[in-house]
Amino acid sequence: MENKETIIEFKNISMQFPGVLANDNVSFDIKKGEVFALVGENGAGKSTLMNILYGINTPTSGEVIIGGKKVEKYSPSEAISRGIGMVHQHFMLVPSFTVAQNICLSHEPRKSKIFYDLKGAEAATEKLVQEYGLVVDPKAKVESISVGLQQRVEILKTLYRGADVLILDEPTAVLTPQETEELFNVIRRIVKEKDMTVIIITHKLYEVMAISDRVGVMRQGKLVGVNETKDVNEKILASMMVGREVLLDEIERFGEPGETKIEVEDLVVTDNRGIIACNGINLKVREGEILGIAAIEGNGQSELLEAITGMRKPVSGTIFLNNHDTTDMDPGQIRELGLSHIPEDRMTTGVSLQSDITTNLVIGKERTPHFSKWGIALKKSTIHRYAEDLFQRFDMRGAGVDTVVGSLSGGNMQKVVVARELSFDAPILIVAQPTRGVDVGAMEFIHKCIVDKRNDGGAVLLVSADLDEVFRLSDRIITIYEGKVTGEFKAGEISKMDISYYMTGDRSNEEGGTN
Amino acid sequence: MSWDQIAQIINFTLRNATPVILAALGGLLTEHAGIMNIGMEGMMLSGCFFAVAFSYICASSGAGVIAAILVGIILGLFFALFVVKLKADEFIIGMTLNTFAGGLTAFLLRSVFGKTGSWASTDIIQLPKFDIPLLSSIPYLGKVFENISVFVAVSWILIVIVWIFLYKTPYGFWMRASGEHPEALETAGISPIKMKFIASVACGILCGIAGAHLSLGYVNNFAEGMSASRGFIAFACVVFGMSNPPKVYVAALMFGFLQAISLNLQEYIASDLTAAIPYLVTIIMLIYVTVSAANRKKRREKQSLKEQSGASEAPVSA
Repeated sequence: MENKETIIEFKNISMQFPGVLANDNVSFDIKKGEVFALVGENGAGKSTLMNILYGINTPTSGEVIIGGKKVEKYSPSEAISRGIGMVHQHFMLVPSFTVAQNICLSHEPRKSKIFYDLKGAEAATEKLVQEYGLVVDPKAKVESISVGLQQRVEILKTLYRGADVLILDEPTAVLTPQETEELFNVIRRIVKEKDMTVIIITHKLYEVMAISDRVGVMRQGKLVGVNETKDVNEKILASMMVGREVLLDEIERFGEPGETKIEVEDLVVTDNRGIIACNGINLKVREGEILGIAAIEGNGQSELLEAITGMRKPVSGTIFLNNHDTTDMDPGQIRELGLSHIPEDRMTTGVSLQSDITTNLVIGKERTPHFSKWGIALKKSTIHRYAEDLFQRFDMRGAGVDTVVGSLSGGNMQKVVVARELSFDAPILIVAQPTRGVDVGAMEFIHKCIVDKRNDGGAVLLVSADLDEVFRLSDRIITIYEGKVTGEFKAGEISKMDISYYMTGDRSNEEGGTN
Repeated sequence: MSWDQIAQIINFTLRNATPVILAALGGLLTEHAGIMNIGMEGMMLSGCFFAVAFSYICASSGAGVIAAILVGIILGLFFALFVVKLKADEFIIGMTLNTFAGGLTAFLLRSVFGKTGSWASTDIIQLPKFDIPLLSSIPYLGKVFENISVFVAVSWILIVIVWIFLYKTPYGFWMRASGEHPEALETAGISPIKMKFIASVACGILCGIAGAHLSLGYVNNFAEGMSASRGFIAFACVVFGMSNPPKVYVAALMFGFLQAISLNLQEYIASDLTAAIPYLVTIIMLIYVTVSAANRKKRREKQSLKEQSGASEAPVSA
């Protein structure tokens, strides 16, 4: 590997999106003819970095050097002409076009300059199929072929445009195990026979071990390290991916768990694309207990919470909340049974960005006799006093209760959500990513609120991508991988490094597991 | 019913369908480019007015048509600027365009030409009419094609051109991709925004021609609101014909036919009712299309769910 020439160089790449630093001074290079794996959690900045390479994003600072020449203008057509091809996580295929039409899109063979040579497109596809051994039917409509074949079309598309560097963004997320194995065979073949370079983004560590020559780990926008794959193992990679050293004080906790408040049985839920996200999940949460779910994003935990809170209808299975079957209830009915919910994405489901703090704090209670007459005429001064009180108690630092929520910082916005949800005094609390994008001070405060809720006898279900948070708050932890529960642990029973092993694969068939 | 009557109904059907299909050809282009264009009504009405105005000023029907086309281009650019570039709500911009066109034409009619409500003058030059050669000389059948505005024939040619453009040239594929999966086109190195702009401007041109046909084709006058919801009818035809030019023309012919027989039915039924028939049928058509599309979607979802649970279980048992 040492003698291979460098084909791509990232030099001090930083990418600033509004409010998020997606890439933070990333530098490394990729060598010709290697399979380079880029791993990290969702939001670690892998896709952003590859979108820069493919010219979809222009970096805020730093430069990309392809084949010794600096990229001046970032655009996909520039990247294509430099021999970069990318297979996106969500396929870039036009469903009603045929395989050949998709492969030739933007570089169509023509007759008399202006007409599309459809036969020529099919012939060109057939030629590629022969050359690379990737069998597809050029005449089939893309909407009618399987996901595995669609991915093959994506790969052929980049080959048709003459790519010699292939970027695969989470290529196995939608594939069955057999399809994954086929894909790996294809990768091995094009690298060996055609001397292509492949960059594969993934968070499945066994795949890294199976396919890559070198591996780069990203965490929170930074590159943690680049290693030869043969020098590392899954455990080392897992700890590089999730490890973060933040030492915070213990939060005082007391009380014993009581009766079961949340019970989920054999729950199957599909995601927006209709693909199964939760595949038979069972869990129980009791009074005075925090159950933490440790999982890498996109493994079904979001869909699980949406099903419990009534925002998504499950395919099968049952959900009991507070001793009621709530499987078919809508969010309003479920809330009335005693559930409050701090949602994953505060911007879209947590708050109304255009409304002021007062409105956001009182919403959900505005029709109670305390805040309005006959549920119609709002008692403005009572509401104002109530909002002022919460504003003080939760230590929000904005201009005042009339401030529009959209103008608040992430931490203060989250405090508005937490204040509102805890003020319902519900026996069940569902919490997702409570401190994402929140500063350490606000994080400390929000953590204390959640533990206080538990100490008061609340049943809390917590989902967080931040392992430190899960470990700090939970009494019990379960790991979820690809929609299945892969492990259950008591707090203090397992280390962060070991648990990340359960978050990145189903280990139930392996020897040496803790349970 | 005599043969002459039947021939006349067919003749009227072709006449009435022409402005609708011209606008609908524009509408189906924007539809393919992923823009819901309900601004066709306003584009058409503007075309009506400026065609009449410039036919009068320049004493030439050709000048009227060119003016209508230019106004169509401006409105198409305006629509694309707000909807595509600035990502405003297409429904609101479309309605704005319609309201604006209604107000502007009425205002200009009053302030420039000093007329209110409607304006007819012999100085407004009509579009030439002709008997289609060969066809009109056939006995019996000839009657159908008698005395037809040039734009009837133009619309037939345009149907073929639009169809070839959409399905036989790379540009048509790009336009369809820009609506169906804009990211796919963008990652292939072609700007979907550009394709959407082109579609919108083409729609403006076609709606302008439709307007010119309406005010100069068989009459030579302008009346406030003379497009009489044909822009919306055209939109309904686009939906009903699933944006396929020949199918959309069938829908437009159906509308034209209903309008033609509603004239004949006036002997038996109150004319207010008969005039409503084309619109009623349009509503029924739209309900049918929407419901059947929703059903198709549901069936497809069920199917894919079945396939998946089958696929995800297979490896376990293997």
